[in-house]
Amino acid sequence: MKQFSDLISAIEITNKTNAKIDALVRYFSTAPDKDKLWLIALFTGKRPSRPVKTTLMKEWCMELTNLPEWLFLESYGTVGDLGETLALLLPEPTHHLDLSLNEWMTELKALKPKSDDEKKAFVLEAWTGLEQQERLIFNKLIGGSFRIGVSKKTLVNALAKLTNIDANQLMHSIIGNWEVNSIAFEELIHGKHINYDNSKPYPFCLAYALEKDLPELGEPDDWIVEQKWDGIRGQIVKRNNEIYIWSRGEELVTKQFPELVEAMSNFKDDFVIDGEILAMKDNDVLLFNDLQKRLNRKNVTKKLLEEVPVGFKAYDILEFNGDDIREDAFEARRQRLESLFNSVALPEYIKLSFLVDFKDWKELHAIRDNSRAINSEGLMLKQKKSPYHTGRKKGDWWKWKVDPLTIDAVMIYAQKGSGRRSSKYTDYTFAVKKDDALVTVAKAYSGLTDREITEISQWVNKNAIEKFGPVRTVKPELVFEIAFEGIALSNRHKSGVALRFPRIARWRKDKPAEEIDTIETVKSLILSC
Amino acid sequence: MSLENQLIKFTKKGIYCPQGKFYLDPWYPVDYAIISHGHADHARRGMKRYLCTDDSKAILQHRLGADISVESIPYDSTLTINGVKVSFYPAGHVIGSAQIRLEYKGYIVVFSGDYKTQSDFISSPFEPIKCHTFITESTFGLPIYNWKSEKALQDQLQSWVKTNQSNNRTSVFLGYSLGKAQRLISLLDGCDDIYVHRAIHNLNEAISGSGIKLPETKLWSADLDRKILQNKIIIAPPALLGSRMLKRVPNSATAICSGWMQIRGNRRWQAVDAGFVVSDHADWNGLISAVKATEAEKVYVTHGSQAVFSKYLNEIGIKADELKTEYGDEALAKAEKETENIGRE
Repeated sequence: MKQFSDLISAIEITNKTNAKIDALVRYFSTAPDKDKLWLIALFTGKRPSRPVKTTLMKEWCMELTNLPEWLFLESYGTVGDLGETLALLLPEPTHHLDLSLNEWMTELKALKPKSDDEKKAFVLEAWTGLEQQERLIFNKLIGGSFRIGVSKKTLVNALAKLTNIDANQLMHSIIGNWEVNSIAFEELIHGKHINYDNSKPYPFCLAYALEKDLPELGEPDDWIVEQKWDGIRGQIVKRNNEIYIWSRGEELVTKQFPELVEAMSNFKDDFVIDGEILAMKDNDVLLFNDLQKRLNRKNVTKKLLEEVPVGFKAYDILEFNGDDIREDAFEARRQRLESLFNSVALPEYIKLSFLVDFKDWKELHAIRDNSRAINSEGLMLKQKKSPYHTGRKKGDWWKWKVDPLTIDAVMIYAQKGSGRRSSKYTDYTFAVKKDDALVTVAKAYSGLTDREITEISQWVNKNAIEKFGPVRTVKPELVFEIAFEGIALSNRHKSGVALRFPRIARWRKDKPAEEIDTIETVKSLILSC
Repeated sequence: MSLENQLIKFTKKGIYCPQGKFYLDPWYPVDYAIISHGHADHARRGMKRYLCTDDSKAILQHRLGADISVESIPYDSTLTINGVKVSFYPAGHVIGSAQIRLEYKGYIVVFSGDYKTQSDFISSPFEPIKCHTFITESTFGLPIYNWKSEKALQDQLQSWVKTNQSNNRTSVFLGYSLGKAQRLISLLDGCDDIYVHRAIHNLNEAISGSGIKLPETKLWSADLDRKILQNKIIIAPPALLGSRMLKRVPNSATAICSGWMQIRGNRRWQAVDAGFVVSDHADWNGLISAVKATEAEKVYVTHGSQAVFSKYLNEIGIKADELKTEYGDEALAKAEKETENIGRE
């Protein structure tokens, strides 16, 4: 396992994608076949189910180290990762076990049906036979995920670099149906088990943010305007009765959206269409926060399907019955898309993205300002004659987002992050004034620089009211400008409002806590949008 | 008034000895300060008189100014101040670092300053001192902090240098100028040419001037031909991370050397190529064994994990209380940056 452990160390220390890819390429060019397959399986969520419960592992560790539970929990709070906490607390190894990744995975799979006593004997034997980093990996193999910044895309890029095989084909191969023990590495990467001709996507055409005044774009009549829906961009490929859904990050997400696959099978024609995957209920687009509940799930349960139904709004068509039509004018492609959508009966959650009716540029301002009301991020402006470009190109497509709303709020709680952020207080809760007290309005995690986070963490250490536990209550002193995309009344929140996509716009070092906004001011924003 | 209270009193300016009329490592200007070691959070400017170990004297003069009024005595010798017997015992933290022992009418208080129980070939090794009251630091007061042996650390650092060399890369180590730098130099001695940042170079000269022998190093100056540095070793203060001077080193691999590197999140926080667990403080077992060896009736726990460590000590039957001080790694990092004037180049 040394080789695998070294790979993990090399990957997690760097934040450069190229360095991660190089480390993966090194591993793929030297590791045994089965180990390579396991690596791919582990990094793509094809993990066998957890053979040992975390509570048991924690219990055994406390027993071995003779530590009280509160001290174990303090340690866990500082480290931010259970597998790592165990690895650090356990005593030095007494011997050295040298098993390959495949051997460990095979043993762990066999462990699942055994009794707790047998499991304990196995885990203790492993803990005392592995040095710290290997022990951490072992704990991770048991069940946790490797949060080390290797996406499926990074993995695929490494395989592409190694083999010169098309990255999207590799994506299809590794996502496809295969098992470590039923395929060879070469077969897997050459896609013996898949038919890539059926899934091959096109690169997405991307837009820049509008940087000029509307009249400078020329005649309104040369442009088509539509809503910029706030979900995830998706490309749906339907060829030879097979349906694939690609995300903008070039990951295959077909399995996450069974209702889209089912609806698409209504069509008789083959095609590749581009559109937005959205959380939708009764014809209304829901918040992106809702859609997030559906993303990156290993299993999409029936309950989840009912709670957060997903829909699709189509923007464009790139291929029709085998013909690549990306060079056709957008106007013509749009017509093709419309006639395709009129050719069959579709469930109501599959829709064309409607076009904005306007004659004069001036009319668009009010329409854009109203975007929030329908959970859209703003408008997209597309030149009627434009082809479907490869990647980001300036001039033909522009995105014109609504400006975020902002309030000034004070930090009242801070919590440590996870993964790379586990050593710092990175997750904050903010409050505004309500009469003489404070009321929580938002939690935000992003928007600050590493330097600012470090400074805030040091401040939290000095100004925290609690001494133990993961959440620190701090003196209400640091003021931040919080930006968000929308606001709605909410019964679930104590403040009575829910902010959409809150994030930190900037740290208002210039502003004392007495000058933060009141809940009344915050509520008045609901009326204005 | 109890003897303990005659010996120590915790004030806003620092730890005060009412009987002796002096302070221990005060953080505000006072008339008479006894200093445990030369780090900027313990040895501050503005004291009318200083007392430290012989080995610390040159360091204090170098850092606080040649014109300070400073007196020094060797380890294990005693100076009586207003009836209080004051003596220094090695703390094993950095060169010249001491625990300060105070004795009055047979009552003994020991202030640990910062300490490390593991021997490191360069600072005088830690000596446990029996006392009634022990004031201990707790920088790494959690059981997740356990250091490897000095030999294992040396192997780890040297093999990293060799790997870098085989990839044609220059090894850059970041660690505090006082303590970490000299320790890294001794750990890497014989590996290859070692270039040190000017802040370290000047401090080393001051240390060598007072008769302590350090392995040979070269000055890393901005006008040095960059080719000379290729595949060599550079040691610089942490504040240099991200500086232009560091960016100008071609093909460099950078490592942060600190006890905090024990945790992956910390290693990953800074975008560097490696993080090595090199600490000048006691690890968890070191803290516990040190506290036990004093046989103290009462323990005060200062900077670091004071809440956790004092709670644990009470649970294992040692009476302990937290003590709020202005020492600690963050204060040190900030003060070091100012002392060295780093970040302006």
